[in-house]
Amino acid sequence: MIVDKINTEDMFLYYSSKMALNNISIKIPEKKVTAFIGPSGCGKSTFLRSLNRMNDLIDGVKIEGKVIIDNINIYDKNIDVVTLRKKVGMVFQKSNPFAKSIYENVAYGPKINGIKDKSQLDEIVEMALKNAAIWDEVKDRLGDSALGLSGGQQQRLCIARTLAVNPEIVLMDEPASALDPLSTAKIEELIVQLKENYTIVIVTHNMQQAARISDNTAFFYLGELIEYDRTKKIFTNPDKKQTEDYITGRFG
Amino acid sequence: METKALIGEKDNSNWRELKNKLFFGTVVVLATLTISPILLIVYTLLSKGLKQINFDFFLKVAPDTLQAMTAVRNGEIIPGGIANGITGTLFMVLIASLMAIPVSIVIGIFLYENQGKKYANLIRSLTDILQGVPSVVLGLIAYIWIVQGVTKGFSALAGSVALAIMMLPLIIRSTEETMKMIPISIKEAGAALGVPYHKIILRVMIPSGFSGLMTGILLSISRVLGETAPLMLTTLGSTTVNFNITKPTSAVPLQIWEFYNNPNMIDLVWSSSLFLMAFVLTLNIIAKRISMRYS
Ligand SMILES: Nc1ncnc2c1ncn2[C@@H]1O[C@H](COP(=O)(O)OP(=O)(O)O)[C@@H](O)[C@H]1O
Ligand SMILES: [Mg+2]
Repeated sequence: MIVDKINTEDMFLYYSSKMALNNISIKIPEKKVTAFIGPSGCGKSTFLRSLNRMNDLIDGVKIEGKVIIDNINIYDKNIDVVTLRKKVGMVFQKSNPFAKSIYENVAYGPKINGIKDKSQLDEIVEMALKNAAIWDEVKDRLGDSALGLSGGQQQRLCIARTLAVNPEIVLMDEPASALDPLSTAKIEELIVQLKENYTIVIVTHNMQQAARISDNTAFFYLGELIEYDRTKKIFTNPDKKQTEDYITGRFG
Repeated sequence: METKALIGEKDNSNWRELKNKLFFGTVVVLATLTISPILLIVYTLLSKGLKQINFDFFLKVAPDTLQAMTAVRNGEIIPGGIANGITGTLFMVLIASLMAIPVSIVIGIFLYENQGKKYANLIRSLTDILQGVPSVVLGLIAYIWIVQGVTKGFSALAGSVALAIMMLPLIIRSTEETMKMIPISIKEAGAALGVPYHKIILRVMIPSGFSGLMTGILLSISRVLGETAPLMLTTLGSTTVNFNITKPTSAVPLQIWEFYNNPNMIDLVWSSSLFLMAFVLTLNIIAKRISMRYS
């Protein structure tokens, strides 16, 4: 049975008075990869960031409608954003490790959450790095600065850092757009593995990537959700003319 | 045609060469003019002050007039040192730092977090105004608040308060600038890990900006180390080493002023100035190193 992990209802988002999301209603299934595609500026990142209230950090953002995760509207007054973000982790377009060692980057979240026991931290770090498919590359130099890693390794480290706080959902905003093809392939392989345990939502401007790794695809255009369906259907037989124009490269 | 063009070019290049030389010469002259005061200061301080610098200079308090007079008459170096001034300066700068640093960093972060808001702009303007207030006026304020109001007499506390007020705007601005330099992605990384707001500030932003904060703090300290006027009005000076915040205390710049006013102790003016300059210079170099190392 497919369970809906995230469910948005009639969601609008404004930057000051400018509308960026126009009436988005979508159901995102648990333990699947859901891809957001669409031309640049259509609101993919904005929508993704509203799923863990990352937009709270930006002044002048106003949101209407509901974002329901596990039957709770995350925009309710009594929601603890900190708990929410532990449950809904995020990986960014540009890898952003802290200027600390590889180990400290991954241990950072658990430490902040009060885990002090060294052996327990070691265990978490190892698990997270293994889950992010980077353990073999860094296990002998956990004390080295994270900034010395290659771009692709840094991004997988950031994924490990996210996994270390034990989220249920991982949001990824064009996680491979700044990487070479080989690193991209590794990240893609990793994402497919991750959906066994996590619900993945990924923004990508690379349509082949969406086609390769996602189960469902949502096509956004000018702040609206134009079409949302099984990835296969979107890429072979979309219902909407705009979707077809976009995936066939007629605009975007 | 061709030869003419070549000759024209040659003339042109001669003229250009001359212009280059003229320009270079001017730069050298101006540069020399600029650095000559610095060289002169260093030379004067070294030649007149170095002979007084020995262990006693750091370990003993200032001599009394009689001791100094005797030494000068016998052609010996003046006994004693500026231990009361050095300890007083360090003590008051420490107290001033303890007061100014936490407050300034909080305000600086507040300004950074509230970019463009009216009350933040107001505070920023007030900070700028504070930076423009002459230090002697701050000394007067500290005199009224602390000397008259709290310690009922000249005191290290009053001096520290005056210095702390001077440090505030410097650290506030450097904190805000440092925070602005930190990529927003670092802050987002923390937030996305479920780090609470106060911990993002304490454990993400401040460590990331540590070198910038340190640089600002060191520069503000080196800025107040040589302040004389506000200390005259607040701590007065002392002939002994003092670590009681309610008592008058000496400081290196105060001692320089006292030595200057005593014909028998002129030599100590130079050695104390040399020490103060070396101290300030060292702090500046450390600050620069820190900011270069981590940028
Ligand atoms: N912080 C912001 N302030 C104001 N407008 C923004 C901000 N971020 C994005 N926008 C605007 O919202 C729209 C959607 O942007 P975004 O979600 O980044 O698109 P995408 O990720 O699909 O390229 C764009 O028109 C963009 O200019
Ligand atoms: Mg985007």
